[in-house]
Amino acid sequence: MVLELQKPRPIWQIMFSTHHTDVGLLYLITSLGFLFMGGALALAIRAELFLPGSQIIADSMTFNRIFTVHGTTLIFLFIIPFASAVGNYFVPIMVRYKDMAYPKLNAIAFWMIPPAGALIWLGFADFTWYATPPYSIISAPGPAADMWIFGLKILGVSSVLGAINFVVTILKCKHPDMSIGQVPLLAWSFLSSSLIILVAIPTFAAALLMLLTDRLGVTGFFNPAMGGDPIAYAHLFWFTFHPEVYVLVIPAIGMMYEIIPRFSRKPIYSFNSGIFAFVLLSIVGFSSWAHHMYATGMSFTEKTVFMVGTLAAVPASAMHVYNFIATMWNGRIKFLTPMMWSVGGIALFFSAGAGGVANAAMPLDFTTHDTYWVVGHFHLFVMGTIAFGSIGFLYYMYPYVTGRMYNETMGKIHFIMSFIGTVLVFFTQHVLGLYGMPRRIFDYPPIPEWIAMNQIASVGAMIIGVSMAIFLANMIYSAGKGKPANTEDPFGVGGKYYYPFEAKNPSH
Amino acid sequence: MSGHSNWPEWIYVGVVVALMCWVGAEAWEAERLVEHVPADAEVIKVTGQQWFWSFEHEDGTKEIGELHVEKGKAYKLEIHSKDVNHSFNIHDYVVLMDAIPGRVNTVWFAPTDVGEHDIQCREYCGLIHYNMRGTLIVEEPHS
Ligand code: HEM
Ligand SMILES: [Cu+2]
Ligand SMILES: [Cu+2]
Repeated sequence: MVLELQKPRPIWQIMFSTHHTDVGLLYLITSLGFLFMGGALALAIRAELFLPGSQIIADSMTFNRIFTVHGTTLIFLFIIPFASAVGNYFVPIMVRYKDMAYPKLNAIAFWMIPPAGALIWLGFADFTWYATPPYSIISAPGPAADMWIFGLKILGVSSVLGAINFVVTILKCKHPDMSIGQVPLLAWSFLSSSLIILVAIPTFAAALLMLLTDRLGVTGFFNPAMGGDPIAYAHLFWFTFHPEVYVLVIPAIGMMYEIIPRFSRKPIYSFNSGIFAFVLLSIVGFSSWAHHMYATGMSFTEKTVFMVGTLAAVPASAMHVYNFIATMWNGRIKFLTPMMWSVGGIALFFSAGAGGVANAAMPLDFTTHDTYWVVGHFHLFVMGTIAFGSIGFLYYMYPYVTGRMYNETMGKIHFIMSFIGTVLVFFTQHVLGLYGMPRRIFDYPPIPEWIAMNQIASVGAMIIGVSMAIFLANMIYSAGKGKPANTEDPFGVGGKYYYPFEAKNPSH
Repeated sequence: MSGHSNWPEWIYVGVVVALMCWVGAEAWEAERLVEHVPADAEVIKVTGQQWFWSFEHEDGTKEIGELHVEKGKAYKLEIHSKDVNHSFNIHDYVVLMDAIPGRVNTVWFAPTDVGEHDIQCREYCGLIHYNMRGTLIVEEPHS
């Protein structure tokens, strides 16, 4: 079905299409747009923190708004839509069906994202991506806060609709000759993450509604002045968003499962343990939410329960790492760009997981909680693992989407710079956390260690920024002028690439 | 699916599980010791509000932004908030506890050396969160 860009079609034909590859393309472009927008805010934050004092951002309110919108954008408007893009392209093909189960619903789920994104960006709220009450009820300025709440509600509905579509497509529309155990791991990853969404998101939807009525002064669920309890919100929030981190990471791991065996020219070491680890992770992912709340005054028993629940998720993640390494072992590895991103992503996944174990241990959490350590930790996941897996997969699907090859040298430069940058920024932030620098601060006292670490981190961020510019240039230039790809086997790794010609787009 | 045997993977998973059990047990033991408040600890009422800390000693002395304590004594901090969530933190003594309106959280510590340490807010609480700081001053025992 080699695509759009070789046989140009008017843009509205793609926009009003409900075909899964067209919707996938819309998701893809939207998510990349938000990646660059959110990334620009990250650079602003890092530039501001290069030195103590106010540099480029005028006041702390603007700064607080910038990091809030940065986080919200990259998690909800980049990572999640990116996964949906990949799912839209590949899930129907992998289960050998002509489209998603509900094509119109699919298009609707996509079209909820732009208005939600607009609400979030135009509002520019300042209450962090947790919107913790009572700050979010009594202190956060409206209408920014209300716009953020509405934007997130819309995104939640969109996620749930998308998840229903994936579950039904995989379970009900797969080819009758295909048993569920033969469904490729990438599709399994969408099945598991969609099931998590269906369990987790409604909880947050309820919390957001309660937050909104609290802001309107009608109720007092989370407002202590009206007899409510802010901690109740924290429980609802983390019951959704701890599992949600697995919603983010599982598809990225699924993408690595596509790339690693193919570029190692070996079958996956253990297909079954991949499935097992996905399913296990989506269940135990729910047992750990309150590890974000050790310092809220929980009892010793509660803390212990959630520590055990958190540690229980580690073996499942570790099984994926094992599977990847065992697959590469003795393989004839071809280090092209997609493979480099995946291998780099695995290395950072491992480091981030090790940091997670330290966070989970309750006495250690008191040194790390709400410091830059946490910022470094979860960015190693979201940037180092999830974005790395996603970007690697983007290079991998590039010939499939455009019919052309990207520039390999530029792809490798992009990877190397991003890897170096990521290590510089996020490892350093772990150290900053150990020195006690709180997160979400606009300015900091001139403590020499803090200054040095912040400067290293800011330089790392600039390196990532430059590499992303190279990436953008490569993507745009090669889409028009790249050399035509061999769609049977664009990477010359042998074996079958995706059955591209089976995904016939009706408008071709 | 795969033709080969998977026993190395089982060993690996076993090692990971054992490691997690060890981490969990160590953390549990440490936390148990840390949470045991000495009976003679002096109570200090700590209040967070946008955007400063205030303190009230057992004898009624009040302080704002500075907290004077004596070396070698144990202190039990009762942490309150007047408006939104804050988090009371003395990084050098690993003291961290959220200040949540409508609740009283407690944490204790015993300063060991004379000197000054930073107090800061570690939970986002709005405009001046970045500068919601104070100083802990540890002095020689008075008599
Ligand atoms: C799957 C990928 C993961 C992602 C995307 C992720 C993301 C995050 C995020 C966003 C936070 C910030 C919470 C905050 O601001 O307080 C966080 C904190 C934390 N994470 Fe992860 N995480 C992941 C995996 C893990 C794992 C595997 C563990 C444990 C083994 C873990 C343990 C923790 C703990 C204990 C905290 C709380 C730290 C604190 O604020 O005190 N995480 N993580
Ligand atoms: Cu505060
Ligand atoms: Cu604060």
